[in-house]
Amino acid sequence: MTTLDSSKEIKENNSEVNETHEDFRMFGLITFLIADGMTFAGFFAAYLTYKAVNPLPDGAIYELELPIPTLNTILLLISSATFHKAGKALLKDKNSDSQKWLFFTAFLGIIFLICQLFEYFHLPFGLTDNLFASTFYALTGFHGLHVTLGTLMILIIAWQSRISGGRINSQNMFPLEAVELYWHFVDGIWVILFIILYLL
Amino acid sequence: MTISIDPQKINNESLQPKGWLRYFSFSLDHKVIGIQYLVCGFLFYLIGGTLASAIRIELASPMSDFMPRDVYNQVLTLHGTIMIFLWIVPVVNGAFGNYLIPFYVGARDMAFPRLNAVAFWLIPPSGLMLVASYFVEGAAQAGWTAYPPLSITTPQSGQIIWILSVLLLGGSSIFGGINFIATIIKLRRPGLKLMQLPMYCWAMLGTSLLVVLSTPVLAGTLILLSFDIIANTGFFNPVLGGNVVVYQHLFWFYSHPAVYIMVLPAFGLVSEILPVHARKPLFGYTTMVFSIMGIVVLGLVVWAHHMFTSGTPPWMRLFFTIATAFIAVPTGIKFFNWVATLWGGKISINSAMLFSCGFIINFVFGGITGVALAQVPFDIHVHDTYFVVAHFHYIVYGGTVFIIFSSIYHWFPKVTGKLLNEKLGILHFIITFIGFNLCFAPQHWLGLNGMPRRVAEYDPQFQFVNQISSLGALLMAISTIPFLINVFLSVRNGKVAGDNPWNALTPEWLTSSPPPVENWEGEAPLVEEPYGYGKQLSE
Repeated sequence: MTTLDSSKEIKENNSEVNETHEDFRMFGLITFLIADGMTFAGFFAAYLTYKAVNPLPDGAIYELELPIPTLNTILLLISSATFHKAGKALLKDKNSDSQKWLFFTAFLGIIFLICQLFEYFHLPFGLTDNLFASTFYALTGFHGLHVTLGTLMILIIAWQSRISGGRINSQNMFPLEAVELYWHFVDGIWVILFIILYLL
Repeated sequence: MTISIDPQKINNESLQPKGWLRYFSFSLDHKVIGIQYLVCGFLFYLIGGTLASAIRIELASPMSDFMPRDVYNQVLTLHGTIMIFLWIVPVVNGAFGNYLIPFYVGARDMAFPRLNAVAFWLIPPSGLMLVASYFVEGAAQAGWTAYPPLSITTPQSGQIIWILSVLLLGGSSIFGGINFIATIIKLRRPGLKLMQLPMYCWAMLGTSLLVVLSTPVLAGTLILLSFDIIANTGFFNPVLGGNVVVYQHLFWFYSHPAVYIMVLPAFGLVSEILPVHARKPLFGYTTMVFSIMGIVVLGLVVWAHHMFTSGTPPWMRLFFTIATAFIAVPTGIKFFNWVATLWGGKISINSAMLFSCGFIINFVFGGITGVALAQVPFDIHVHDTYFVVAHFHYIVYGGTVFIIFSSIYHWFPKVTGKLLNEKLGILHFIITFIGFNLCFAPQHWLGLNGMPRRVAEYDPQFQFVNQISSLGALLMAISTIPFLINVFLSVRNGKVAGDNPWNALTPEWLTSSPPPVENWEGEAPLVEEPYGYGKQLSE
């Protein structure tokens, strides 16, 4: 229903509004991420309780290999840095540089997901084998869902920060900053998950 | 969220329908959304109330002759879920919060109007889904708590729809909570300090913090439960090595704060209504604020008092008993502040005031039984009996629903510009108050004598008291009739109220009634003292 002209008008109005109002979208996003973090906190609490009070039956297999998840941790940490680079580049109006960094970040995210799937297919236990297996797949799967959504959002903002006709530029940084914060959040959750699930 | 659109600009465009049609549209106006929440919630209240009547008819006789036992369980599950997730939570948070908070912070709309509309429009479909789940073969019958293994072993198709519906409602609740926090913290009119906000803002801030911190945990838990049902995992299934107590911990980590999510906004609303109709400032503003925040903090660490009979270790019992007893302190402070607000005031006896006073009386009973239930020896004696049912309904019906009605009487002139009929309103109050106490007070006795809850049949010795209770329920059902007549008559030909019929000083009354789309003609007024009643009289 909104024509191109009126959307331009709205954008102009929007910049006016942001001059008079504080931009509180980031505040809303942080509140949402706290809520999202609480979901993970619930899962972690359940996992740790199971570990403490529910001994697995004899013969249950729950050994995890470390190389793939360690690689994944490194991949995500690098991707956080590359995303930061993308933001820096966009701030200096280097849209194509920013786009390259974004695509590289998304690429790292996809590699992470492939590694995760590779691990899933080579683990000696399935979803319903025992309590540890179920919790393992629920936690990593829920995190993987977050990575998938994050990767899709990165691809969208990479497309949107193109020079001709993109909506994201140094004047409108919010979408990039929002996804960046979300991505750092997902990385942080992975580090906690890695420590609790693999190292403990 | 990629381009933020100024809501006022959108509302002014002809895209938004005018007149009654806007209540059926994806409107971004916080006032329209508030009314949408209220009316939608009330329709579900009527459904939930019908189910409650069915329960009381069944319990009028000791045998299950009105409906089969499994149908009784399904009705009870649906009653609990509808009343909590579709009536109390959306109305006392969503309806009044959306309508009042932007006025109170001096804004033209909520912080995220589109998120607000999304949060509301999640409710009707998920509510219909919940009601529809009853007609599926194998409707949910594990109670509103959905405790495994019951929820896993009973027929499952209805339970899955139930879970999906509650997940959507939880999402709606979280979106609403994010919006309220952002609006209250970030969207305040320049010059308006936090400690000058009307009390309802503080109540909604506390409630929204609880929503944001605890609802996601319920969502995660229900996801795990649905895995247990669909994918045959064993998180909560002892046969497969799982642990049912973990479900209870995670569930009550949400559902105890959920009680405060239901009752804290009512605390806020009553703090708005009492000063206006008693013509006195709210007593002890600062202590009110700190007791709300105290309840928020303590409310997050008392959940295991629902689980004293679940093999909870002694240290946990001790901790949660003490923590629960501490909650009585801020709650007591609030109670005495309300009484002190009334003390020596020029009280006008109208429907809003009567319902508020009814709230104070009922809430004391609910509070006292609550402290009693927190004591382990007593709780073990009455656990899962009608005593718990009575306590819960004294808080949620005697507390929150009374305040919802009080607020409707108080803010009806604001929304419509017409006054509700006082005679019908007082009749409504009298029938509700008598019916409510007749229905739930005898249930304390039933519980103390050992009548278990959630069972369609009972020992014949309890028949007489159960019939008194059912009579009370009948009165409660009848009490809805004068209310509905009152609303329909007053919307059409009620007495014209004028902009400020109660001579109130809170910001929402300092504009026309009904308010214009952007709330204020010109700039929002700076209300430094929302409760400065005595001051005005002396000047």
